[in-house]
Amino acid sequence: MKSEHILKGLRDRDPRGIARAISLVEENDPLSDEILASLDDSLVDQAMVLGITGPPGAGKSTLTDRIITKYRSQGRRVGVIAVDPSSPISGGAILGDRIRMMGHALDHDVVVRSMATRGRLGGLCAAAGAAMRILAGSGCSVIIIETVGVGQSEMDIIRLADITSLVLAPGLGDDIQAMKAGLLEVADILIVNKADCAGAETLAMDMEAIAREGVRKEKVETKVCMTVASEGKGINELLAAIEAVDASHRESGERRIRREKAYDLEVLDWALELIKPSIIEKIGKWDHDRKGAPRLQAARLLAQE
Amino acid sequence: MPEQKKTYRVLIGKPGLDGHDRGAKFIARALRDAGFEVVYTGIRRTPEEIAAAAVQEDVSAVGLSLLSGAHMSLFPAVVRALRNAGAGDIPVLGGGIIPDEDIGPLKDSGINAVYTPGTPVDKIIAAFRSACESQEAGRT
Ligand SMILES: Nc1nc2c(ncn2[C@@H]2O[C@H](COP(=O)(O)OP(=O)(O)OP(=O)(O)O)[C@@H](O)[C@H]2O)c(=O)[nH]1
Ligand SMILES: [Mg+2]
Repeated sequence: MKSEHILKGLRDRDPRGIARAISLVEENDPLSDEILASLDDSLVDQAMVLGITGPPGAGKSTLTDRIITKYRSQGRRVGVIAVDPSSPISGGAILGDRIRMMGHALDHDVVVRSMATRGRLGGLCAAAGAAMRILAGSGCSVIIIETVGVGQSEMDIIRLADITSLVLAPGLGDDIQAMKAGLLEVADILIVNKADCAGAETLAMDMEAIAREGVRKEKVETKVCMTVASEGKGINELLAAIEAVDASHRESGERRIRREKAYDLEVLDWALELIKPSIIEKIGKWDHDRKGAPRLQAARLLAQE
Repeated sequence: MPEQKKTYRVLIGKPGLDGHDRGAKFIARALRDAGFEVVYTGIRRTPEEIAAAAVQEDVSAVGLSLLSGAHMSLFPAVVRALRNAGAGDIPVLGGGIIPDEDIGPLKDSGINAVYTPGTPVDKIIAAFRSACESQEAGRT
């Protein structure tokens, strides 16, 4: 009964049905498998998943809001997954990205879902991946995933995206140095936001230099875009850059390769998640001396029947 | 802090025109520190916007904060907007500078609980938790 109700809501693109479905997969409800199996795979395949990452306060949500407006004016239905970290102490979270997107609140074709990392990167990917599928399956042809990213640990989330953009802004200081090694390498588009602020030109020049340096083999050069998200400036150029990367990825097969890799990694996450309880049980029952290299003990434990 | 098995999602909204969100942010942080996931919508939202966000975020309770004195019209308006959005089962809790004599009528209009400045924060958190528990228990 419950499952039929939710599946029907999802099929009818009822806002509540979509929202309930996302919650159920986030909570690993027994219904999750049925929900995900009910989705139209071709819609999931076709949707464009855009990752927007960058340091806190760079303007990711404001930019997302502007991108939504553009895609809506093209008549496309847009889904947003806005991720914020859970507090490691309480497990709670404040999810504030929506503040910048409230202008779309009454538009049923803009589906915004805030999610907390819930302390487990793999878990987040499982939930964010499922949320992405549900949004795509309910007709969103563009899905934006916003995550705070200041280092390599956040790349896990971004791997779900077909296209990744990194948002920077002048005045964020050392963060950018720390990021060069990590996210810059996976970003398809570098966005210098707050172009109205001092230091934006210099930052953009630095980024251009890095983009040229970092050209990966057989990959188009990373594009640098300048925006003033708060005023809606540079958004057309950004959208053109996104479309160009998307077209080139579709043509070269890069898009398919990324999707396959992302899928396999999600399966790996789940495999580890599923195997964990049995290992914990084994460790609990195991009578051993707790000496020597733990890695060796782990190998022995796994070899044990 | 008692361990919370289930992670409840709640939404804190500020309807109306007053731009002071210190109270809203204070409650949002207190709820986070008690283990809730708190969606915050920012200031000056219409009841319809708050209801639409609550539906999309699938929250188990909505908390409203208001200092402007318009609670008698805006709090019930959020309750109505939720009902119109098919989400009349989501409880609405209200806080702000609210005269004692308004509390009864607000509850009659469907507001789950009303808190005024000086209410111990633990009591507010407990109210959110119990509102979330009953909302989830009634879910189909
Ligand atoms: N001057 C200027 N301010 C901007 C611009 N874009 C965004 N802002 C402001 O920067 C602040 C942060 O913007 P958000 O969009 O919330 O940034 P964010 O990256 O999503 O932040 P988190 O989600 O907290 O990491 C807000 O006050 C925005 O109004 C811009 O282009 N120029
Ligand atoms: Mg944000």
